[in-house]
Amino acid sequence: MNVKPTCYFEASARTRIAKLVDPDSFSELCPPHLRHSSPHLARLNAPVAFDDGVMVGRALLAGHPVLIAGQEGKFNGGAVGEVHGAKLCGLLERALSERPAAVLLLVDSGGVRLHEANAGLIAISELMRAVLRTEEAGIPVFALIGGSCGAFGGMGIVTLLCTEVVISEQGRIGLSGPEVIETVKGVDEFDSRDRALVWRITGGKLRRVLGDATRLVDDDIASFRAATAELLGKHAERRLPASDLAALTEEHEQLSARARRYDTARDGRIVFEEAGFTELESVALMPVDDFNRHLEGTP
Amino acid sequence: MNQLSENPASWDAQMRNSSARRERGAAFARGREVSAEDITRLLEAVIEPGDRVCIEGNNQKQADFLSRSLLKTDPSRVRDLHLLQSVLALPEHLDIIEQGQVSRVDFSFSGPQAGRLATLVEQGRIKIGAIHTYLELFARYFIDLTPKVALVAAQAADRDGNLYTGPNTEDTPAIVEATAFKNGIVIAQVNEVVDKLPRVDIPADWVDYFVKAPTPHYIEPLFTRDPAQITEIQILMAMIAIKGLYAEYGITRLNHGIGFDTAAIELLLPTYAADLGLKGKICTHWALNPHPTLIPAIEAGFVQSVHSFGSEVGMERYIAARPDIFFVGRDGSMRSNRAFSQVAGHYACDLFIGSTLQIDLAGNSSTATKGRISGFGGAPNMGSDARGRRHASPAWLRAGREARPHAAMPRGQKLVAQIVETSREHMQPAFVERLDAWDLAESAGMELPPVMIYGEDVTHIITEEGIAHLLRCETPEEREQAIRGVAGYTQVGLARDRRMVENLRDRGIVRYPQDLGIDKRMATRDLLAARSIKDLVLASGGLYNPPKHFRNW
Amino acid sequence: MEQFVMTFPVGNRQSEIHPPRVCGVVSSGNLEVLVESGEPGDSCRIDVHTPAEGFRDIWNAVLGDFVERHPVGGVNVTINDAGATPAVVSLRLDQAVELFRSEKP
Repeated sequence: MNVKPTCYFEASARTRIAKLVDPDSFSELCPPHLRHSSPHLARLNAPVAFDDGVMVGRALLAGHPVLIAGQEGKFNGGAVGEVHGAKLCGLLERALSERPAAVLLLVDSGGVRLHEANAGLIAISELMRAVLRTEEAGIPVFALIGGSCGAFGGMGIVTLLCTEVVISEQGRIGLSGPEVIETVKGVDEFDSRDRALVWRITGGKLRRVLGDATRLVDDDIASFRAATAELLGKHAERRLPASDLAALTEEHEQLSARARRYDTARDGRIVFEEAGFTELESVALMPVDDFNRHLEGTP
Repeated sequence: MNQLSENPASWDAQMRNSSARRERGAAFARGREVSAEDITRLLEAVIEPGDRVCIEGNNQKQADFLSRSLLKTDPSRVRDLHLLQSVLALPEHLDIIEQGQVSRVDFSFSGPQAGRLATLVEQGRIKIGAIHTYLELFARYFIDLTPKVALVAAQAADRDGNLYTGPNTEDTPAIVEATAFKNGIVIAQVNEVVDKLPRVDIPADWVDYFVKAPTPHYIEPLFTRDPAQITEIQILMAMIAIKGLYAEYGITRLNHGIGFDTAAIELLLPTYAADLGLKGKICTHWALNPHPTLIPAIEAGFVQSVHSFGSEVGMERYIAARPDIFFVGRDGSMRSNRAFSQVAGHYACDLFIGSTLQIDLAGNSSTATKGRISGFGGAPNMGSDARGRRHASPAWLRAGREARPHAAMPRGQKLVAQIVETSREHMQPAFVERLDAWDLAESAGMELPPVMIYGEDVTHIITEEGIAHLLRCETPEEREQAIRGVAGYTQVGLARDRRMVENLRDRGIVRYPQDLGIDKRMATRDLLAARSIKDLVLASGGLYNPPKHFRNW
Repeated sequence: MEQFVMTFPVGNRQSEIHPPRVCGVVSSGNLEVLVESGEPGDSCRIDVHTPAEGFRDIWNAVLGDFVERHPVGGVNVTINDAGATPAVVSLRLDQAVELFRSEKP
């Protein structure tokens, strides 16, 4: 039968985790039958999920022990509510005592869940702090992005705090979503129906060129696994340097320089152009391997 | 008219009337060319009260600039119009009715304007002559509903007024032929005026005026279905269709209705059907718009020929590169023709399969709902037995034998299948005791309930529960139970006579997936030859260029 | 939201205790199904949470057919529904119970 490798974009969070880690190595914390559902959704008479849209646990990946979390983008857009956020924060807290090789966050989220926005906002700020604390303790945090919701809102910020960001071409990172920007600033500012434009501004290839993502992979779980395994190997060899003021200042300067450089850019095209991609129309269809080779060959 | 027949000197009154109109129009034209600024005054000059006006617009290409220009005419001069057109698709089509310039309309399909049209009818502001099928309306253009003025759309004109309609030729030849040769006035909007056309689709001496529109005519990407939205249930139904119908009858010549159900079938051909060894045995010749979801089957060598009603946005380069499959001119672009493709679908195809909204206990199938006058389009032309057909094919002969096992005179039958999930969202049942079409007919004062496909023409119903071979039923009671037998958990399905349905199963009239050797657990999206629009682009070798709102890369 | 429990006497009891399994996702037109061992007696107990109100007779028919296909006594099934059609409910229930049984006790 002509069956393709399991597509990351379409898979549920549960399938992504099962096929990402070593076979049968995942053990779930707060599993669904404990029914840690959202009390807020129930009060609002909205459907709840047994795991509140995120599963957390331990696993091995290429033999490395990891803590792993997967957001279910199909449940309320992967949005973060109170229980959902507490599970993520709890996992990062556990990392400090268990000291895994890394914490993997399979981000697939539009941001904060509007039904429980206060709790969600607090959870996001706690999550940001928890990621930084984990990294400070020398444990890398990886974000893996390739679901339909991408990494937006608070989860976009959390993603950019991560040590490594593995993304597929379909993956997106941003703060406000294109529809929100269009609603607030008008269609001339951002035509959210122009999906090609949306991807040229938020999508995986652009994020990789800008350096926000550290790996661009094909949209199948095996490719995510291979890249993650490679990064785990890299980090096993070299302990994460403690972030000091100098390093932070340097990063801020780089970001400021980037903001100045693309100050007037209206489209991701200019970024691709500066990265040495000549046939701009074909960048979107360029196979990931070719794209990566081109990028790595660029000074 | 009486005056005319009493006076033999008036045999050319219509022609003289047309000449008079052209003389009035000359003030606003240079030769045949009219500027966009002058078009409204030209329309006022050449249109007379009571005229039959055909505005080209079907479900794809729209003469949208001419529609907007007609809307700007002086209602005291341009009034009492009788609109004749395939599709009332644009808001402007109904604005002109609301403006009081139209007294009567004959059409086929109203799609997005169905609700507004129903309101205008209930308010008594418009009279509907009839709701036709496409072929029926085109036919009447040549009998008793010949347009006096046709407003059509083309890709380009040359300085002389020859028209290039390009891949989206669609209805233009039928409209222009009826109008130009019966003393009518043909006005074309074009996207560009060029010195030399790639090819001539409509000769200049059939055209009275052309105008370059400020913006290109609108084309709806109507037949693009994103594989990402195809569900497991639709995949299961596609498996049932391929194994239980296509393979069973060896169907090579067919037409697919629009929708995700048939898109799923197209995407299962290179995978599921190929695994069943059906390549070359089914689905070789099509009357079909260039569905992007057919690309993987074409690339896999399943398809030998496709004739199209219209084109599809983004498929131009792919079609041009596959002239063995599509009907392509020497210039490299496709030539479509709605009238011919409808005829082809009716007479030369062994199967029509399409989705619907409601099916009653007699198998009548309707997409009408209360408060919406949506019409038919072309489905009834494909979805009916071609009684005038005289050539045999194995599938057609077999269907005829099954439908009339005791008939003395051998005759085949068209296979007409309706494919539908038993329930839609919010548990809306697809199977009902009484079609909403009856209520609509009452509230809109129609002579006929708007039935898409009559029960007597429906040979098969496919749902996620299984397939009902209605043509194999011997009595109306059996037919009703066969329908109930695949109606799942709808009230119609729950009320089935279980013993009778089991009997129908034993006789191969109702067949469930397990009866066909179909493992329901295989019905996953992994079976789709393409799971996204991007997969379709890749399958086309980068030739398919989808509309930008369908992309996610 | 509507919540109700339907209990179907099956007449046998799953002899093995399997770990609980969940199948499906709570998204529009879909549902998640949790299957757990340990329901006392030899009935199959199904706890339904659904936003579509007033379709209890249809649930009864769908779940009755499920239990007929898979007579799993001593099992507790919980459904978080988000407006799935009967076809999707049946498919998901079949998948869930197959997944549940495939797990080593």
